[in-house]
Amino acid sequence: MEQTKSTYNRRSFLRSSLLAGGGLMISFTWLPEAAQAASPKELPDQWNELTGYIKISSDNSIKIYNPNPEFGQNVMTSLPMIVAEELEADWQKIVVEMGPHDSVKLGAQFTGGSNSVRMYWKPLREAGAAARQMLLEAAAQTWGVPVEELTAKAGTIYHEKSGRSAVYGDLASKAATIPIPKGMKLKQAKDFKVVRNSQKNVEGLKIVTGKPLFGLDYKHEGMLIAMIHHPPAFGMKLKSFDAAQALKMPGIKDVFTLKLYEEGFEQAGFDTRSFNDLLVVVGKTTWEVMNARKKLIVQWEPTGDTKNTMAGRGGEKREVVVPGDLETTSKQLAKMQEYAKRPAQQLRKDGDPETAFKNAAQVIERTYNAPFLAHNCMEPMNFFAHVTEEKALLVGPLQAPGWTEPTLAKLLKLPPDKIEIQMTRMGGGFGRRAYGHYLSEAALISRKVNAPIKLIYTREDDMTYGIYRPMYTATYRAALDANKNLIAFHVKGGGIPEHAIHANRFPAGAVDNYLAEGWQIPSNITIGAFRAPRSNFNAAAEQSFLDELAEAMGKDPIDLRLELLKRAKENPVGKNNEYDADRYAGILNLVKEKSGWGNPENKKYNRGVAAYFCHNSYAAHVVDIVMKNGRPFVERVYSAIDCGIVINPDAAANMVEGAVIDGIGNAFYGRLSHKEGAAEQNNFHRYRMIRHSEAPDQIEVHFVQNDIDPTGLGEPPFPPVFGAVANALYKATNKRLYDQPYLDQLLNSTNKSENRKSF
Amino acid sequence: MLKLTINKKTYELDIDPETPLLWALRDVIGLVGTKYGCGMAQCGACVVHLNGEAVRSCVTRVSRAVGKQVVTIEGLAENNDHPLQKAWLELDVSQCGYCQAGQIMSAAVLLRENKNPTDKDIDQAMEGNICRCGTYLRIHKAIHLAAEMQREGSK
Repeated sequence: MEQTKSTYNRRSFLRSSLLAGGGLMISFTWLPEAAQAASPKELPDQWNELTGYIKISSDNSIKIYNPNPEFGQNVMTSLPMIVAEELEADWQKIVVEMGPHDSVKLGAQFTGGSNSVRMYWKPLREAGAAARQMLLEAAAQTWGVPVEELTAKAGTIYHEKSGRSAVYGDLASKAATIPIPKGMKLKQAKDFKVVRNSQKNVEGLKIVTGKPLFGLDYKHEGMLIAMIHHPPAFGMKLKSFDAAQALKMPGIKDVFTLKLYEEGFEQAGFDTRSFNDLLVVVGKTTWEVMNARKKLIVQWEPTGDTKNTMAGRGGEKREVVVPGDLETTSKQLAKMQEYAKRPAQQLRKDGDPETAFKNAAQVIERTYNAPFLAHNCMEPMNFFAHVTEEKALLVGPLQAPGWTEPTLAKLLKLPPDKIEIQMTRMGGGFGRRAYGHYLSEAALISRKVNAPIKLIYTREDDMTYGIYRPMYTATYRAALDANKNLIAFHVKGGGIPEHAIHANRFPAGAVDNYLAEGWQIPSNITIGAFRAPRSNFNAAAEQSFLDELAEAMGKDPIDLRLELLKRAKENPVGKNNEYDADRYAGILNLVKEKSGWGNPENKKYNRGVAAYFCHNSYAAHVVDIVMKNGRPFVERVYSAIDCGIVINPDAAANMVEGAVIDGIGNAFYGRLSHKEGAAEQNNFHRYRMIRHSEAPDQIEVHFVQNDIDPTGLGEPPFPPVFGAVANALYKATNKRLYDQPYLDQLLNSTNKSENRKSF
Repeated sequence: MLKLTINKKTYELDIDPETPLLWALRDVIGLVGTKYGCGMAQCGACVVHLNGEAVRSCVTRVSRAVGKQVVTIEGLAENNDHPLQKAWLELDVSQCGYCQAGQIMSAAVLLRENKNPTDKDIDQAMEGNICRCGTYLRIHKAIHLAAEMQREGSK
């Protein structure tokens, strides 16, 4: 047993209570400081409470509540596994249920930032261990034997000397009277039985048999369906409408407008919404509402420049001007090139990069561009709401109930304890469902029609008024001396409406003279988190650039990275380098070994490698491309991941496989473009998604085996796929690709590589 | 009144015959295993069987189903033990799971017609089913495994 000082301080406490009908319930409340420590940079202020439950009933059923929203990352299984491990419960007999949301008692529950396992690892272990110790104590008192003589195994407590045993259920009521232990005895990693062993998805059977699991499946007595008819373009708003024909359509109850946020409403960070004036159709069934919406006669007008009031962290608010332009992608690109020439904000500087570049024997400069991306969750945005004067019930798919609840409380003027948010399984999230505007919309609609409603976005709504991945650009420069040593590195990144630069990441720390700069162009196109925000672009641009740099230096691309990492470890440049050079090198060495890098038998493949650190974990891929009928296909991928202890290995491998396929799809095809403010892709016939025949035949996933506390997995494997694909495409086609999506550039470009110069 | 046979049960619906079968199933009958993904036959989340053929229920009028046998994911196997369902569980295919009913319904027609499909056969049969989470590789493996179970079972 590993003694741990409890992470519970005076600001947090474990609680146990008797269940009605007998039995023990353990919950723990975790107040702000503790949760913030999990990820100080990525958790906004209001999002910092968390809780979990164990319920043991006297009939010996053990129920574990999953505290965090499930969007396919499998936390419904992996988080309860952590509890069961320390509880010494029989995993096969555990009942897992989605926990409720309660912002006061149960705290923040947040899926995003690859945070779920990282954030819950220790608290859930402690909750399991505390329950185990209390059950042991209960047995000791019941039998009148020293607790040290007892062992717990698979939900049963044994006293070897006397041959006595009792199942947890028999001891649960007694255990509930035992004080919570002050120091937890956590198991050592070598003794794990549940964790580190692949366990099947606890909802697998429900999924393959079509049980109602998702928000869109939710039904409620008297429920109506609502849809929003939104402006045809960013920069437009409602001028007037005629609903006479729509109201005559069968099943239609009402057509009306409402404002999402009133003038001066202080938006928190995740209150982003595309449009504020909503034209709403409410009716009996989805199909009837869809049809009636088509009968609306609507006049739209330009918004002109508008203002958002943003809530500040310290209570001070600020006004942000949102430009009213009707934006077009080609013009945005031209504008980005113009902005790239202007002075930018310096984000980090080491040494004297200006002089180093001036004295360089060779300077390599390349510019990379990437478009907006739509999340395209398979389940479009939707939410159920039933709002009355006294209370609100909301049910559906969302990643961050704790961020949405305060907004709902303000909009509905209801105290948080009168707002119940139930979290359904999500049909994908990828960051999109961290933005809860669609809950707020549903709630206001329900209040207005005084009925339970479900707000449904069609695929077209979902794609054309999204909270997109921003449009990015970055220019990288490297200075080499006469001996082809790297003497300076410079990145200047920009974006609409924000840049992607992480100034303190590799190769910062490995180069004497280093400069990172950023700039941004405001826009009315709404953006937000998209699987590994910013990193998903950096790992394309930077990892392509490093590949080209290695070639110019006459080095193997893995060797170049390893040399730089050696430097960063032994004699780091500057301060605040975010990454661990050893772990970074570890995944490169692992992928090198597992892929047979440099092995002659792999010569038939066009191989590309990339590695990246983000969200506390490390991922490297080797991508093998073959050409078929003049088109590139990724045939094999080797992945090496260091995310610390892997809770559920097969499910973790599934997530990496998915990230690889997601990465190939977005690198090859992903693009959302605009013309006069309107999205040019509105459904899957125009927005190209990767399909079955385009997935690799083989993806080999290897995890670094170590006992580091879990550091997150949902996002880290995704970004380096882009770079590895770009580098393999270069081998396959002899062309360096700088603009995403790569297949567009490849199929449309001339034989000569082109590169837009920004500086 | 439209008379429909869905998963061997008879339903009488008083709805617009133009209503897509998808919305009749989901909103009127309450069988929600069949999913809405795109509404224009692009993603395959809504695949059901109409007289044994895979159709996209989002673009199939409910009137077309009158007098025919409709099978949805809920009725694919009486005991939820179709080889595809078993293989999906064995290989833990699902991530978010939203598209998987449609994937399985498409694969079921393939397996009925082709007892031993190749990867290419699978690609062709499944090309219309999008999985946003990227479980394509496991779906391929699961279809192969289900084919194997089916062959063993019929011996």
